[in-house]
Amino acid sequence: MSESFISIRDLHFSRGKRQIFSGVSLDIPAGKITAIMGPSGTGKTTLLRLVGGQLKPSQGSLSVQGLQIPELNRKQLYQARKRMGMLFQSGALLTDLSVFENIAFPIREHFDFPESMIRDIVLMKLELVGLRGARGLMPAELSGGMARRVALARAIVLDPVLMMYDEPFTGLDPVTLGTIVSLIRELNESLGLTSVVVSHDIHETFSIADHVCILAEGKVAAAGSPEELLNSDSAFVQQFVQGKPDGPMPFHYPAPDFSQDLMQGADSQC
Amino acid sequence: MLDTLQRIGAFTLDTLSSLGRASLFLVQVIAGIKSTLLRPRLLLRELYSVGVLSLLIIIFSAIFVGMVLSLLGYVTLVDFGAESSLGVLVSLSLIRELGPVLSALLFSGRAGSALTAEIGLMKATEQLASMEMMAVDPIHRIVTPRFLAGCISLPLLSVIFMSLGIYAGYLVGSVWLGVDEGSFWSQMQSKVEFGYDVINGVIKSMVFAFVVTWIAVFQGYNAMPTSEGVSRATTNSVVYSALAVLALDFILTAIMFVK
Repeated sequence: MSESFISIRDLHFSRGKRQIFSGVSLDIPAGKITAIMGPSGTGKTTLLRLVGGQLKPSQGSLSVQGLQIPELNRKQLYQARKRMGMLFQSGALLTDLSVFENIAFPIREHFDFPESMIRDIVLMKLELVGLRGARGLMPAELSGGMARRVALARAIVLDPVLMMYDEPFTGLDPVTLGTIVSLIRELNESLGLTSVVVSHDIHETFSIADHVCILAEGKVAAAGSPEELLNSDSAFVQQFVQGKPDGPMPFHYPAPDFSQDLMQGADSQC
Repeated sequence: MLDTLQRIGAFTLDTLSSLGRASLFLVQVIAGIKSTLLRPRLLLRELYSVGVLSLLIIIFSAIFVGMVLSLLGYVTLVDFGAESSLGVLVSLSLIRELGPVLSALLFSGRAGSALTAEIGLMKATEQLASMEMMAVDPIHRIVTPRFLAGCISLPLLSVIFMSLGIYAGYLVGSVWLGVDEGSFWSQMQSKVEFGYDVINGVIKSMVFAFVVTWIAVFQGYNAMPTSEGVSRATTNSVVYSALAVLALDFILTAIMFVK
C-alpha cells in the first residue's frame, strides 16, 4: 500500500449511550479511491464527519496529511477543510441560490476573484459534470441525480486534495448511476485526488475502488482490494459481498425474545 | 417524592444547560457582526425579508389597535367630560406599552418563526453542515446577518406602529367622534416627553428585538434535524418569545416608568 493520506488509530466514538466505534484503526492511501463499506448503522457517515472535523472522537487519533484533526482549533480546522471536498447524500445545495451561485459560493466566500474568473471556474466545473446548460436552474428544479452532480461540482470547485463521498450511488437511475461512478473515477485520476467513498452498493463501489474497508460492530471487520475481499474466506465478508440473508451479520436490531415480547401484551409498548 | 425531586433536578439541569448553550451561541453570533457589516448586501437582504416583509402586519395592527384604543378611551372619558385628554391616553398607551409589546409579539409570530423554520430546515437538509465542510462558518454567514436584521428592524417597526396607531386614534377620536383637534394634539404635546416616554419606548423595543431574535435564531440552530424537530423549534420560538417579551415588559416598565 502506498503512503497513507488519512491515518486512524484506535478511534472510539459514541452517541449518547450507543458506542459507534470501539477501536477503529485504518489507513487511507494517497491518490487512491478507498471505499468504506458496511451494513446500515455501522457509522460510515460518522467516520466521514470525524475526518472532516465535524465530530470529535472520544479517544484515539485521526490524522489527515499528518494533521491531527481533533486537535486543531477552529481556524486551523477551517484551513484544513479548504483542502477537503464532501459530497453529501442529499446534495445539500443551498436552496435559495441557483446552480451557478451554488458552485460559485465557496469561491466568493474565500477569494476576491473578478466576476469573469469566477464565471470561468464555475463553467469549467459544470462542464466536468455535464451540467453547464443547467447553470440558471434553481435546486428545486433539478432531479436527484442532477442535484448530486451539481453538489459534486461544488465540492471540487476549490480544487481539494481529498474528496469524500457520502452514499453517492443511492437512489439514482441507471444512467445517472453510471455517470456518477465514472465521474468519481475520472476526477480521482485527472485531479490527482485521494477519494473516500462511503457506500453499501457492492457492485458500483467494487468497480472503482482500489481499497475497501468493511466496518462492523464498531471495528474494521475486513480490509483489502476488491479482489481480495471477493475471494476472502471470511463468512462475514462473503455474506456482505454476496448479500446473503443468513450468516454472522445479524439482520435484526438487538431485541428480547420474540415470543416473550408478544406475550407481554399491549401494556408494554416498547 | 424522590421521583418528583429527580424530575425537578433534571428540568433545572436541562434549563441551565440550554441557557449555557444559548449564551455561547450568542457570543459566536456577536463575533460575526464585524464580518457581516463588511458585507452590507447580506444584511440588506435580511433587512428586507425580516423587516420590510413584516410591515404589512405591523401597519394593519397599528391602525386597528389605535382606532380601538381611541374608541374605548372616548367612551370612558366622555362620562367625566375629559375627552380632550384622549390624545394623551392614546399616545402614552401606544408609546410606553402597546407599541413595543404588540410589535414584538407580532414580529415573533411573523419574522421570528420564519427565521427559526428557515435555519432549522437548513440544518435538517444538511445545508449548514455543507457550509462547514466548505470552510464557511454557518453562524457568521447565516445566523449573524439575520440576528442583526432583527435587532435593527423591530425598533423601527415599533416606531411605525406607535406613529400609525396615534394617527388612527386621531382619525377615530377627532374626525369621527368630534373630539377637539387642537386639544387632542396640544394635550399630547404637553404630556408626552420625547426624552422620557418615546426614548424609553424605543429602548423597550430594542431589548425585545434582541431577545426575540436571539430566541428565534437559537431555536432554529438548535433544532433537531427532523420535520418534527423543526416544527417544535418553531412553536418554541413563538412561545418563548411571547413569554420573554411579557416578562421583560413588566420589569422594564417597573424600572422606567414607576417613580
